[in-house]
Amino acid sequence: MNIREVMDSLSSDVKTTKGDLGHAVTGCYISDLLSDVMANAKEGEVWITLQTHPNIVAVASLKNLSGIIITNKRTPEEETLKKAEDEHITVAVSPLTTFEAGGLLYKLLRC
Amino acid sequence: MADKNIEGSFHLTGGDFTNAGAASSELKSIMTKLNISPHLARRAAIATFEAEMNVIIHAVAGVMYYMITPDCIKVVLNDMGPGIPDIQQAMREGYSTAPDWIREMGWGAGMGLPNMKKNSDEFRIDSVVGEGTTVEIIIKIKEDKTP
Repeated sequence: MNIREVMDSLSSDVKTTKGDLGHAVTGCYISDLLSDVMANAKEGEVWITLQTHPNIVAVASLKNLSGIIITNKRTPEEETLKKAEDEHITVAVSPLTTFEAGGLLYKLLRC
Repeated sequence: MADKNIEGSFHLTGGDFTNAGAASSELKSIMTKLNISPHLARRAAIATFEAEMNVIIHAVAGVMYYMITPDCIKVVLNDMGPGIPDIQQAMREGYSTAPDWIREMGWGAGMGLPNMKKNSDEFRIDSVVGEGTTVEIIIKIKEDKTP
């Protein structure tokens, strides 16, 4: 499954244009603690979070994550999207809650 | 792999959250260009990013100095910060002195120093209250056994 298919299945609104939408998604990590993501997320996973500030892009980039999904329709900061374009990280906003997004992705990626 | 020593440094500004991670990201791309194995570069990037964040969160300013030799990646962070009165306590997972607004950003979970240590082969920390903190991260290249 690639990041475009993941974003579509979560009714996400993709906010960036330069990320690779064909990037393979190997799994998913859900956390709002950035050090936890740094310690435990794995390369290629898509990250679901409520955080909207620019540091999420730096974390996703350093960990080679496949993309970031911000849940509950929270709006990413302008600087976050600018950095995401610079780093070619796909950022999307989903209207779903973290529980709903995680549940759907679990079905898609694990079942 | 680097056949000679590559070194350099980055200046870090306390409170500059917008550029947080830029130094570690730059260092990671230097390591990639030197053909250092991706998982070593990743370990180094995690450790240095945590260290970089600590300077941005707690200090006025700092310097991240790196040296890459055929044997190891060595990164030293020196900051002008408040210092750490009890290093043993600070190293404990979950212990943090970060203010609430930092925690709301998802930092300050008390995972930074333990993450640095976990991702290093050698880790040293020295601190003088009222002066600053020095962190040394060493990741060995030759003794790398992980696939």
